[in-house]
Amino acid sequence: MSLDSATVRRIAKLARIRVDDAEVGVLQTELNAILGYVDQLNEVNVEGVAPLSGGAQMAMRLREDTVTDGEQAENILANAPDRVGQFFAVPKVVE
Amino acid sequence: MSLLNLTIAGTAQALAAKKFSAVELTAAHNAAIAALNPRLNAYITTTPELALAQAQAADARITAGTAGPLTGIPLAIKDLFCTAGVRTTAASKILEPFVPPYESTVTRQLLEAGTICLGKANLDEFAMGSSNITSGYGPVENPWKRNGSDARLVPGGSSGGSAAAVAARLALGATGTDTGGSIRQPAAFTGLAGIKPTYGRCSRYGIVAFASSLDQAGPMARTVEDCAILLGAMSGFDPHDSTSAERAVPDFGAALGRGVKGLRIGIPAEYRMDGMSGEISALWEKGVAWLREQGAEIVDISLPHTKYGLAVYYIVAPAEASSNLARYDGVRFGARVDGEDLIDMYERTRAAGFGAEVKRRIMIGTYVLSHGYYDAYYLKAQKVRNLILRDFNNAFERVDAILTPTAPSAAFGLGEKMDDPVTMYLNDVFTVPASLAGVPAMSIPAGLSAEGLPLGLQVIGKHFDEETVFAVSAALERAAGFTAMPSVRAE
Repeated sequence: MSLDSATVRRIAKLARIRVDDAEVGVLQTELNAILGYVDQLNEVNVEGVAPLSGGAQMAMRLREDTVTDGEQAENILANAPDRVGQFFAVPKVVE
Repeated sequence: MSLLNLTIAGTAQALAAKKFSAVELTAAHNAAIAALNPRLNAYITTTPELALAQAQAADARITAGTAGPLTGIPLAIKDLFCTAGVRTTAASKILEPFVPPYESTVTRQLLEAGTICLGKANLDEFAMGSSNITSGYGPVENPWKRNGSDARLVPGGSSGGSAAAVAARLALGATGTDTGGSIRQPAAFTGLAGIKPTYGRCSRYGIVAFASSLDQAGPMARTVEDCAILLGAMSGFDPHDSTSAERAVPDFGAALGRGVKGLRIGIPAEYRMDGMSGEISALWEKGVAWLREQGAEIVDISLPHTKYGLAVYYIVAPAEASSNLARYDGVRFGARVDGEDLIDMYERTRAAGFGAEVKRRIMIGTYVLSHGYYDAYYLKAQKVRNLILRDFNNAFERVDAILTPTAPSAAFGLGEKMDDPVTMYLNDVFTVPASLAGVPAMSIPAGLSAEGLPLGLQVIGKHFDEETVFAVSAALERAAGFTAMPSVRAE
């Protein structure tokens, strides 16, 4: 499969990364090189093989559904690029 | 005596015997960093005052008789570990203003053991790279040089700053992280030992996430023993990481003297790749001979899906990265670039904050997870990943450990292998399979290339059997007698 420039723009949109017109061609070449390389997986017969999602050789651990942390608003907001009181501030979303 | 050229084990003895203090040791390292770091760029942030304060506390513990084997040991901390009150960038401009309010579990455990933080070591941006050239804070220079040449070489990556710092005597040891080879390949490129433990051995809590099913912390140091001491302090169950293993931490140091007599060591046919350099295969043969001479039984094995490891990795890791890095949107922390509306702000923030390699990987990951392509790419890669795990499980029914080269070449020059992303990715061909399977693997310095650069051998073990990895690595280290030092180093 080979990506066209419209697909590169669509991926960038999905990834929320602004790309200039000049970057699209470069990205197209680079992404196609990577996808061309990974296409070799088509040679492998995976019939009946379960997907392996993680590196851990164990079942996911569960814990009691209780509050274990909190009351840290100042710590959490300390790195905010913009804030109003105890809230993160962002550009207006609703017209 | 020079305070910079000791092992961690030797330093602990000298500190206990009061031959010098932790403050003197730390001051010597601070001075060495001030002199050499402007050239090597091994540290993004240095913390000399913090280090001295920690050294005073360490000296108090030593005097009080409550010191452990790591009390007073100065370390470089890869700038991917969150350190409370100390800026943590992941080598990305998008995290330039980020000061974590909390400490990662691994560094918290190291601090409790009494180690000293000299600073935050440079790396490839978000640990995505094999040469440290993708750092948003500039490349790192490898302290090693080719014979008769002053050309700048890469230290490997992504833990390139950690590697350069320890090799150049700007730290006694370092933390690294390894997602596809990021501890082992830079260790090999700089003449160090470094281990990626079993997935789940070290907590990932507080480590800036790249590919969560692969990321593992581990130590880098100048000897196998030093790595064993560091890994002991870094390991252990942590309820804050859902994939942390609830297992007791063995005494890794006790395994070093076990020897390899009677151990079965596998030599995988598939790692003998076309076009592999003569000196890499000669070094591998030497490693085989060293282990055989010490009583190991050498067994030819097959890991049939080895050649697909990189392709699986370059689907799985970007997929996880595209998800993990979605959090950098200019809202809660990190840099922000204002835009016309919220979406425009996200897009401008991420365009300005991420470097080219990170953008490439996020976009590949976004694509392979997108509607219509998920099954063809991501699901397929997960299935082949299972076959790679099976290869290792089958092999470990017959052998106790596996011996391979760490990397297909010695350190290369800054600016080389830049033609296309895939050429750079081939650096990790020998290290990625162990990451995908989650098994422990260690690189140890085993010799020099004809050009005078260090080369590493890799020992791969069974899940949670780091002890055998240490036993085999220590045996190789004894046989190799690697004593060469880089030409650029603090004295």
